[in-house]
Formats: sequence, structure tokens, C-alpha cells
Amino acid sequence: MEIVVKGFTKHFGDTAVIENMNLTVKDGEMLALLGPSGCGKSTTLFAICGIHKMDAGQVLFGDRDVTHVPAQQRNVGMVFQSYALYPHMTVFQNIAFPLTVRRESKVDIKRKVMEIADLVYIGELLERRPAQLSGGQQQRVSLARALIRRPGVLMLDEPLANLDARLRLEMRSELRRIQQETGIAAILVTHDQVEAMSICDRIAIMDQGKILQIATPAEMYQRPVNSFVAGFLGDPPISFLDGVVRQGILVLQGDADDTIPLPEHISGQPDGKVLRLGVRPEHYQPHFPTKVKGAVVFVEMQGREILFDVKLSNGDLLRSVQAASSQFKLGDTVEWGVDPAQILVFDDHGTRL
Amino acid sequence: MVGHSRNWPVIAGLGLISIPLLVMYIYLFVDTVTDSPAGSVLPNRFTLEHWRFLTEGIEGKGNIWKVTLNTAIFASVTTTVVLLVSSMAGYALSRLNVPMRRYFLAGVLMLHAFPSVTLIIAIFLILQMVGLYNTLIGVILVKSTLELPLGIWIMKGFYDTVPWEIEMAGIVDGASRFRVWRSLVLPQVQPGIVALGVFSFLAGWSEYVLPQVLAPSSNVQVLSVYLASLIADDQHFDFNLFKSVGMFYIIPVIILYIFFQNKLMNIYGGGIKG
Ligand SMILES: Nc1ncnc2c1ncn2[C@@H]1O[C@H](COP(=O)(O)OP(=O)(O)O)[C@@H](O)[C@H]1O
Ligand SMILES: [Mg+2]
Repeated sequence: MEIVVKGFTKHFGDTAVIENMNLTVKDGEMLALLGPSGCGKSTTLFAICGIHKMDAGQVLFGDRDVTHVPAQQRNVGMVFQSYALYPHMTVFQNIAFPLTVRRESKVDIKRKVMEIADLVYIGELLERRPAQLSGGQQQRVSLARALIRRPGVLMLDEPLANLDARLRLEMRSELRRIQQETGIAAILVTHDQVEAMSICDRIAIMDQGKILQIATPAEMYQRPVNSFVAGFLGDPPISFLDGVVRQGILVLQGDADDTIPLPEHISGQPDGKVLRLGVRPEHYQPHFPTKVKGAVVFVEMQGREILFDVKLSNGDLLRSVQAASSQFKLGDTVEWGVDPAQILVFDDHGTRL
Repeated sequence: MVGHSRNWPVIAGLGLISIPLLVMYIYLFVDTVTDSPAGSVLPNRFTLEHWRFLTEGIEGKGNIWKVTLNTAIFASVTTTVVLLVSSMAGYALSRLNVPMRRYFLAGVLMLHAFPSVTLIIAIFLILQMVGLYNTLIGVILVKSTLELPLGIWIMKGFYDTVPWEIEMAGIVDGASRFRVWRSLVLPQVQPGIVALGVFSFLAGWSEYVLPQVLAPSSNVQVLSVYLASLIADDQHFDFNLFKSVGMFYIIPVIILYIFFQNKLMNIYGGGIKG
């Protein structure tokens, strides 16, 4: 089922949290709603599932306009960050609750709970209470409860945020597997760009109540619409260099008069224009042609790779990720190069050119 | 209850301070089943005759069982009303966007702090006007009303500890708001309900002033009033009889305390599961 949100606006008191948002989740896809904390992701989710009323706008589930349908009748499945399991019920009763509310027969309930418990691998936990489960297990129960009535859309509000690092990796791929096996459209809310990039078909990136860009992870990584998106995606993050155009060349800020030639696809910029370059760590390497000189001020060994911070003479930083065999040391003066084809150029409003 | 072996000096100290109380209770009990010669503190004769009032009644007084029944009705109906109203009002005040909620809460607290004795004349007049004077219903209504402020506050406190997300989950799962309250939220505040219930029952059981003033006649008399009338009667003054009736009166209280003491602590723990 396709989910469409049109012109969604939401105020809390006098503050506008969401302003005129438009969003489409295609049938069967997993869409990430990515953005920093407090940007309105949960608010969007609650509006789609009907817990919050919208101040303006429409929600369509397929061809059905559900804007004024109460949450109980929207048939959405939701997994909360805290899992929100019912503490006084067993796992079985928790999962069965949506069906119990609908007064389905005992036999049907039992069969469906068994089915879904097998799907999420919690078959042997059904008699326990939530307090007797680990975080990962609670997560699975919560997922089973959301899926049991075959919802039109599955909503996941920061589902992995409360898990430790190893479990997070495991549950991340589990979420994807289960979503693909059931074929249900899903919205994954997260502030973790790795999570969004690794398991979602498309990402909608939000900041301060607005969606900045909706694209596939690769597209968004390579062609971010603005410097906020470029800075939000990628770990280690992109580095920015500010400067002014002079005769087709960018003169970096500061008195040092370092320059970087502008890439070919950004030609014809008038003199005096303020620009910002974005260089990802994988595009600043010893062998690339456009040389930039600096000193290694920070080295971080990460096992397979080494992360270098290089300080330019004007004080700006460039990051570089290289294979662990790299021989450079802290304090070395280096003259590595930037891949000109991969430089991202933003104007003074942050929009990519 | 961890490390209670290290607490023994505290326990011993508290025990020592409590000894006078304990001695009084023991004497109360001993006096009800013995006779002592005049002027002596030591009993010299075992007897059950002070407990005869249970079977034979007391001359010139109402039937003790009828009075006990009145007390039980008074205490339990009060408890029921308090529980029903507090569990709903507390929820509304904790969760719903009630207009003027802050003022309402402050007002409720004021009512609780208000000494009820100062209201008694007004209440007396009102009950007479509406025809509920000298009825159990009348005094039950008054007692419940006076208990409600505390009950509502306590229940609101318990509801405040139940996460919103559980309710949201219930709604998304298709349950009505009422169903969510009954099947998902109410079980979480159950310790509060139990504690408040016991608390109200004990308060009702021991209430004296209200029934004495508002329902004094013998067919609606409760135990506290009955006991007071025993002592007020100078004609046949029998101290041991008085003690026996007193003993009879506090037995249910002691039993309730023994069974529910842990749960009663919950009221002060504000919903910490114990
Ligand atoms: N019930 C509410 N009342 C007032 N402000 C709220 C409420 N819920 C959320 N907000 C505000 O709306 C903004 C977005 O919140 P939210 O959608 O929860 O962000 P997030 O992206 O972290 O999930 C925040 O600034 C938050 O303070
Ligand atoms: Mg959130």
C-alpha cells in the first residue's frame, strides 16, 4: 500500500513543528525518516498513525483518505523506541493484544501468534513477561505485535536506539529481513545516518520540520541538495573549505592564499563569489591530482583503515581515510590531492551547484 | 530488605521505643479475658464474661452485630466510592487536557488540607435539608467526599508514572480509549488502587466524628460511636467490657495491616513497584 502525506502542518502552541510537508512511501519500500533530534520525525510518525491530529494536510493510505479516521481504524503497526510492551502481560498476550481487541477466535489468535513468533524468532519466549527479556528480545516482541494484524504500513520510531552496538547491527539486518519477507511498506525513523543508508530503499532527510531531500542512499550521498545533507551523511564526515572565487580559482579564506581550482562542472563563477567546497575523506588521497598541502594533526587507527586529520595553513581541516598500511605519522607535512570530479560545491546559502 | 542483619541496632532501638505501646496492647488483650482485684495490676482470674456482649448484647444498647454490619457497610461503600472516583478522576487529571487543570489540582489539595470538623455544622444542615440526616447513605457520601482529594492526588501520582507510549501502543493496536485505560493502564496502577483501598477502608472503619454528628441514631450506629456511648454511660460503668469492645473493634484493623503493610508503603513510594 502506498502512503501519501500532503501539505502536513503541525503546531504545538505557537511553535510550528512541521510546515507543509509532502511525503510518499511506495508500496513495499522501506523509507528512512532521517534527521537530528527534535526535527519533528516522531511528530510526523504520530500524525500518520493518527495519534496526533494534523493542523492541516491529508494522509492517504492507497486511495483511501484517512485524514479523519481515528488511529484505531487505520491499521498501522508501530514499534516505539522504548518498545512500549505491556508489562503485566506475557509475551503471548502482548502479541495477541491487537487480535484480542478485534475479538478474533482463540484458535486463530494462537495460530497467528505462533506464525509471527517464528518469523521473528521468539517462539520459546511466549510465556515470559517483558521484564524477563533482553533489549533485543523486547524489540522482537514489539515487532511481532506490530506485524500480527498485517498492517498497511509499519512504523519504526528509533527502534535500534536503545540497543548496544553489536545487537544494533544484528537487529538492523533483522528488521530489513522481516520487512522484506512481509513486503509491508515501512517508515524507519532514525537520527543515525548509517542505519538509514544501510537498510532503507530511500531516505527522506529532515531538518527543523522540513524535508530537504528524498532520494536513494547512494544518490543522496553523491548528490546532496545542500551542505546540511552533505554534512549529515557519511562517517567520518565530509570536510568543508570556504573561499572566494578569483579567475575560476577558489582562494581559501585566511591570509595564506591557498587555492583550489574549481572543478570543471562549476565553471563561469563570477569573481568575488563566496563558495564552500565539500570534500569527503575518501576523495582526499595521496594520489589525486589537485594537491593541497597541510600537516597531519590527528591519526586514528580503526583496524582496517586509518583516519587522518590534515590542517591546512589557513587552519581549515581536511579528513582522509586510507588503508591501514598507510605509513604517514602524526606531524608529517603532506601534500595530498583532492579528486576534482568528486568535489561538492555549495553557494553561500548552502545549496549545491 | 537487603542487608537487614546490619540494621539490627536500628531495629533494636525502634523496638525499645515501641515497648510501651506493645505493653499497652498486651494489657488491653489480657484485661479482656481476665479479672483483676481492685487496686492490683496483676490479674487473678481467667474469664470470658467480658466477651459476653457478642452473644447477649449489652443492656440498653443496640445489637453489636448490627453495629458491626453498619460499620462494615460504611467503610466498604466509602472505599468503593473513593476507588471508583479517584481511579477515574486521577486518570483524567494526569492524562487529559482538562481545562484549568492546575487550579483544579491546587483546589483539590486545599480541600484535603481543610480541617473537616469546621465544615461539620454546614454539612449537618445540608443533610437535614436534603433528608439524609441519620442515614448511612448521608454519612457515606460525606466521608467519601472528604477522602477523595487525597485519593485523587495519589492516583494521579501513580498514573503519572505510566509511560504515554503504552497508551499510544494500545490505541494503535486498535483499542478504544476506555479499553486502553481498563486493560493497559489500570493494571499498572494496581499497587496504588490496593493501597488506597486499604487506606480508605481503615479511615472509614475508624471514623468517629462524622457518624457521631450526622448519624447518631441507634439503627445506623457504627462501632466507634457505639464504643463512645459505652464510655459516656455512667450508669453501669464496666471498664473491662469497654476494653473488650475496643479489642473487637481493632481486630479487623490489625488483620488488614498485617496483610497489606507492604502495599500500604506504596502510597508513599509513589508507584514504585514492590
Ligand atoms: N506534545 C508536545 N508539545 C509541545 N511540543 C512538542 C510536543 N511533542 C513534540 N514537541 C516538539 O516538537 C519538536 C519535534 O519533536 P519530535 O517530533 O519528537 O522530534 P524527533 O525528530 O526527535 O522525533 C521538538 O522541538 C519538540 O520539543
Ligand atoms: Mg523522536
